[in-house]
Amino acid sequence: MKSVIAEDLVKTYDKGNVKALDHLSLDVEEGTVLSVLGPNGAGKTTTVRILSTLLRPDSGRATVAGIDVIKDPDKVREVIGLSGQYAAVDEILTGYDNLVMFGRLYHLGKKQAVVRANELLERFSLTEAAKRPIKTYSGGMRRRLDLAASLIVKPKVLFLDEPTTGLDPRGRQEMWGVIQELVKGGVTLLLTTQYLEEADQLADEIAVIDNGKVIARGTSDVLKKQVGGERLEVVVESQHVAKTLEIVEKISGHSASLDEGLRLIASPVSTGSAALFEVLKALDAAGIHALDVGLKRPSLDDVFLALTGHVAEEKKAEEEKTSKRVKEKK
Amino acid sequence: MSAFQDTMVITQRQLRLLTRVPEVLLFSTIQPIMFVLLFRYVFGGSIDTGQPGGYVQLLMPGIFVQTVAFTLAGTASGLAEDMKKGLIDRFRSLPISQSALVVGRTLGDSLLNIVVLFAMGITGWLVGWRPSGGAFNVFLGFAFLLGFGYALSWIGAFVGLSAKDFRVVQNVSFLVTFPLTFLSNAFAPTTGMPRPLQYFAEWNPVSTMVAACRELFGLENQFGATAGSFPSENPLITSLIYMVLIMAVFVPLSVRKYRKAAG
Ligand SMILES: Nc1ncnc2c1ncn2[C@@H]1O[C@H](COP(=O)(O)OP(=O)(O)O)[C@@H](O)[C@H]1O
Ligand SMILES: [Mg+2]
Repeated sequence: MKSVIAEDLVKTYDKGNVKALDHLSLDVEEGTVLSVLGPNGAGKTTTVRILSTLLRPDSGRATVAGIDVIKDPDKVREVIGLSGQYAAVDEILTGYDNLVMFGRLYHLGKKQAVVRANELLERFSLTEAAKRPIKTYSGGMRRRLDLAASLIVKPKVLFLDEPTTGLDPRGRQEMWGVIQELVKGGVTLLLTTQYLEEADQLADEIAVIDNGKVIARGTSDVLKKQVGGERLEVVVESQHVAKTLEIVEKISGHSASLDEGLRLIASPVSTGSAALFEVLKALDAAGIHALDVGLKRPSLDDVFLALTGHVAEEKKAEEEKTSKRVKEKK
Repeated sequence: MSAFQDTMVITQRQLRLLTRVPEVLLFSTIQPIMFVLLFRYVFGGSIDTGQPGGYVQLLMPGIFVQTVAFTLAGTASGLAEDMKKGLIDRFRSLPISQSALVVGRTLGDSLLNIVVLFAMGITGWLVGWRPSGGAFNVFLGFAFLLGFGYALSWIGAFVGLSAKDFRVVQNVSFLVTFPLTFLSNAFAPTTGMPRPLQYFAEWNPVSTMVAACRELFGLENQFGATAGSFPSENPLITSLIYMVLIMAVFVPLSVRKYRKAAG
């Protein structure tokens, strides 16, 4: 059963000049994780805000847990959890106060709200910081508290908008751990990210979006296949480069590329580890010692480049930020 | 029923904020107290009122009204802050009544007003303020003040939820409250103003509120060009009408704004 269905969502800003969503469609199977992957400005937040009833689309339909987002937003709010792009907790209140308050707003009784707050603080390793105001928390702690707040009543569908953006590597690892725990518990999750690695790590399925449209979707494996199969890579001493190139090309049946600086020879292969084995045998027979050898699957970066013709990188994000700042100044 | 509970949770949040940052309470009390003392001792001597008991009798209603008028700015900046932090989005994604956040916030700001008015009243008493309208009328006066603050708080809610930038909120709040409080009878009689300003000042809700409070606190109101006009003759009713009008316009506007916040 599909827990989330979005059909043909369109959302424009500035009297139609900015197309945030351009006939976007996606769905999430119950109990699975869909990652919406795209660069800054692709329409991730807009999608999440529409599905979580915060924003009405110009046109299109969407249901969450079978409930119409546009016609029945109140019912949708009862079954979702949302953790937005910026941790939305009260800075001045303590972590404990925040969770009790949100518990009360989810209509738990006073006692229940307290019990639940303590449970969640424990689960997200925040017990020690429970009585401190949020403004003393690190970015990672804030995000965890924000996530905790969206789990007070076990939601049927959880939306996480860029849960690790702005975190340091340690904070990101911790957040991934927390999300993986949730996923094991069988939550239906729609998670947006700019990080290819994150989608690869956490999601069952990935929808790649760009300019408000889904441009590809599938499991991480399927997407990688779409870009091409595996690549064989060998690094050798410089005097062996020419001979190795010849061996690799003969076995793979494709032309091989050479990175002279790294002395790295690479070629697409269709037979995977068999080809690897053959190359090693042939090199051995020729008396060549391989310094490094391996089969590389294409990264999601490669996927993005192949699909959109541009890299989903921080660079674009930076540009967006500066152009926004310029706008604000005007 | 649950709408009421949701609202109370939000109001409690605000009271908790006050206990976490006592400075807020301290400064929102100290400032008006300072005004009382300043006006009483700095200007008081040079303003001849012709009222028994001196300038402080006229001054106190004026400062009370000015103080509750600043509720507008308080509500506005509080909500703007919540918008900026993304808290409004979180509240809007919860299964709570769509008016709870704004109603809770405006109620919380009014509770703060009770504390502030109480502190000001005590200070006024210490420097010679003696309302003479009788206990019931004095009580009614304070109820009016709270009601006025509450109504203005809804204008603040609309401003706070509409503005994209925190500084804009502050500027707009001051642009609304300053002319209203100073182009009024709050600190000096309007009789000295140019004629057109006198008309504005007599119809100004701040003036009608001040006049209403003066009446309830047992003072004679003095009018210039507008003597005999409806607001001058009926400050209580006029003020009440203003409150109802303000709420009738800004409650629905603010709730609508909240529902579509940052759309
Ligand atoms: N309130 C708004 N007003 C004008 N343009 C907006 C607004 N919100 C989003 N946009 C634009 O819509 C596009 C998609 O934005 P968003 O969904 O926030 O992207 P993402 O979350 O993927 O970075 C961007 O071009 C953004 O500038
Ligand atoms: Mg975003």
